[in-house]
Amino acid sequence: MSFRSFMENGRSDSYDRLSMKPLYEDHIKKEPTGFEIEIDRSKAHYEVFDRGNNFFIRLSGIAYQVAAVLFCVALVAVMLLTVSNLPPTGDPDNPANSNVVPERYIEKGIEETGAVNIVAGMILDYRAFDTLGESHVLFIASITVLILLRRDKNREKYAKEDEKHEPSGDPILQVISKVLVPVIMIFGIYVILNGHLSPGGGFSGGAIIGAALILYLNAFGFEKTEKFFTEKLYKRVTLAALAFYALAKCYSFFCGANHLDSHIPQGTPGNILSSGLILPLDIAVGCVVACTMYAFYAHFRKGGF
Amino acid sequence: MAAVCNFPLFSIVLCLISGTGSAVLKKEAARIVNIVLITVCGLMSVAVMLYCAKYGSFTYMMGHFPAPWGNEVRGGVLEGFMGAFFCLIMLLSMLGGHKKLFDEVEISKHNLYYVLVNLLLSSLIALVYTNDLFTAYVFVEINTISACGLIMIRQTGRTLEAAVRYMIMSLLGSGLLLIGICILYDITGHLLMSNIRESVEALIATGEYREPLVVSVALMCVGLAIKSALFPFHAWLPDAYGYSTVSSAAILSSLVSKGYIFLLIKIFYRVIGFETVCGTKIMNVLFVFGLIAMVSGSVGAIRENDIRRMIAYSSIAQIGYIYMGFGMGTELGMVASIFHILSHAATKSLLFIAAIGLTDVSHGSRAFLDLTGSAHRNRIAGAGFLVGALSMVGIPLFSGFISKLQFMDAAGSLSYSKMLPSLVVLGISTILNAIYFMKTVLRIYTPAEKIPVNRAMADAPTVTAPSAFHVATGERKGINGLIVEKDRILFKEEAGYGIVILCFILLNMALGLMSTPILQAIRDGLSMFS
Repeated sequence: MSFRSFMENGRSDSYDRLSMKPLYEDHIKKEPTGFEIEIDRSKAHYEVFDRGNNFFIRLSGIAYQVAAVLFCVALVAVMLLTVSNLPPTGDPDNPANSNVVPERYIEKGIEETGAVNIVAGMILDYRAFDTLGESHVLFIASITVLILLRRDKNREKYAKEDEKHEPSGDPILQVISKVLVPVIMIFGIYVILNGHLSPGGGFSGGAIIGAALILYLNAFGFEKTEKFFTEKLYKRVTLAALAFYALAKCYSFFCGANHLDSHIPQGTPGNILSSGLILPLDIAVGCVVACTMYAFYAHFRKGGF
Repeated sequence: MAAVCNFPLFSIVLCLISGTGSAVLKKEAARIVNIVLITVCGLMSVAVMLYCAKYGSFTYMMGHFPAPWGNEVRGGVLEGFMGAFFCLIMLLSMLGGHKKLFDEVEISKHNLYYVLVNLLLSSLIALVYTNDLFTAYVFVEINTISACGLIMIRQTGRTLEAAVRYMIMSLLGSGLLLIGICILYDITGHLLMSNIRESVEALIATGEYREPLVVSVALMCVGLAIKSALFPFHAWLPDAYGYSTVSSAAILSSLVSKGYIFLLIKIFYRVIGFETVCGTKIMNVLFVFGLIAMVSGSVGAIRENDIRRMIAYSSIAQIGYIYMGFGMGTELGMVASIFHILSHAATKSLLFIAAIGLTDVSHGSRAFLDLTGSAHRNRIAGAGFLVGALSMVGIPLFSGFISKLQFMDAAGSLSYSKMLPSLVVLGISTILNAIYFMKTVLRIYTPAEKIPVNRAMADAPTVTAPSAFHVATGERKGINGLIVEKDRILFKEEAGYGIVILCFILLNMALGLMSTPILQAIRDGLSMFS
């Protein structure tokens, strides 16, 4: 019996009966039939892990717990000792504060990257390679969730079954989200577009838009959401954003390393259209994050869009 | 700057773009993209290696800002060699396990498999070339998540459980690595490897922050040891390697864990400084756990009744060898370990791919009894398994012999307190290796009257729900090595499989017979590191 079918059977049973009885009692009550071996197998799990009666399992369980506690205490002691030996927080003479790296970020950041928000300049220009990797971490995480949860076999059947569990539209939620969702969306777009001017940027703005999409989905259900946000759109947006990110950064890295002029205008720091590649990259990251958040939610709720 | 210096950047970006692109491609197109990608990246790494052998190492600025402010990658002989070798092994593993993907992975998710593999390749290449500790951490994350996906894409109960275990252990390792990097940043103020090294040397000279430095090195070692399954942290390994689809098992055992080990070598040489690491007691801890792993992994393998899990347990022992080499704390031990990384990568993927050929002709069963005579039913797989087993045991002609010889050589120059245990355990471990590998080889070459069937051990998906492909291959299970071929596609698959095994055998013998230039390249690469 696969894990998935185990989960599904278990879930539908307990939903149907709505009782808190452990599932395996069914097997105990049953009279021995022709399928005895099958029944024994499913009971085996509870016999092997029978903590109440098996002395050795109980003993090893206790030993394990004691060892775990001791180990954690030792680790905590070591970490506390280390932290007490680290440089004090906020001291300007700390190694991390007093060397050349932060100095240039702070003093020359605006001039060199064109971004008033130094953090945006750091993550999307000085250290853009790390951020490129980080946005692919999000992508691969969503792909892994897709592999785990997307149902391809008997998709129609499961979709029908799932419809039963979909909550019906709640009027209070719908009215409130009608007001809130546009506001949240606009706020998210604002955060993304002003990433180079004020705190925020692609990651935070994308998370806000993703939250708005999830709220809308909760209020109005999949049917309405799918009118504007389908799996196709999700894939296209994510791929376009990531490919743009990788290609744009590849171009910029290539120019930088070979000491060529990249011809990307820097603009006046403080304007909305400034700071070279940072604004488009923020938009790309925002798209990826928003889509990934929504895709996570949709997959955990329904196993697909 | 020579055009070759751009190659690390190009290969990483190519992997990332083709990784995201594969999500919308059809499965055949995704497969072709994947194969072309691996080949291109491998060739680029070869070019980097040749360039560095001639002109020395180079650093490459990622962007408009020089190193301590921007990111940086670095090319050297060892980096180029490792990159090329990883690509070669990955290519062979993907080709060899392609047939099995149809049986074990839902057809609609095949392109996602290639997404995972492409991104895994990008992370391996980035880990090999990066000169920045935080970039390394970011790509370690990609590596972890894609490896987890590779395990659970074959969706049976065992693989899901294995993937959950792998996820938990691996994230614990990532967390410890991150804490280690944070502490190191706090006391040095740098993330770039060469700058950290300078600061660490200054710290050692003044004697400041000694405890945090030791703790940070220890945390990074433990984090990467968990991720590469050193002895006390190996519990996730047998299931993860034993039940995932065969390409995944080969890639996980020979590339993913090796990528982490290579990162650890870079940390030793380029971040902390080899002498400084050897000055702490951490190397002794790695040495002891390496020795225990060598014995306990082999004992686990002997007790196993499932051929895939047996090979997986053998991995634990081999990882133990590598850490023992680290623990010796000498240049010779390090060279032996790096050679063993290559040797184990080449051999273990061969064993996994060959084992799948053997189980396929035994009704998909992996129990030893059912494998009786399977080498006669699938000769090329039998030959592959034989070569892999001989190499693991350490018979001359094959790569395993050279790495064992190097370990013995390295052990000879140690103090008595380390020499004696390492020699004794090497001997014991070799005997144990011989016991379980020769047992298997004898079993698969013992002629069987008819194919024995033991349904209980058979793979659930192949027995209960044969796919269309599997029904079509029913023809090929002839008796006494008579393989009946009717379908042309099948013939192509079978020939491809044979060629892959042959390539693996040749690679293994090449490592075993032409070890001198390879060892020289490793020594040159290590001297370029510092």
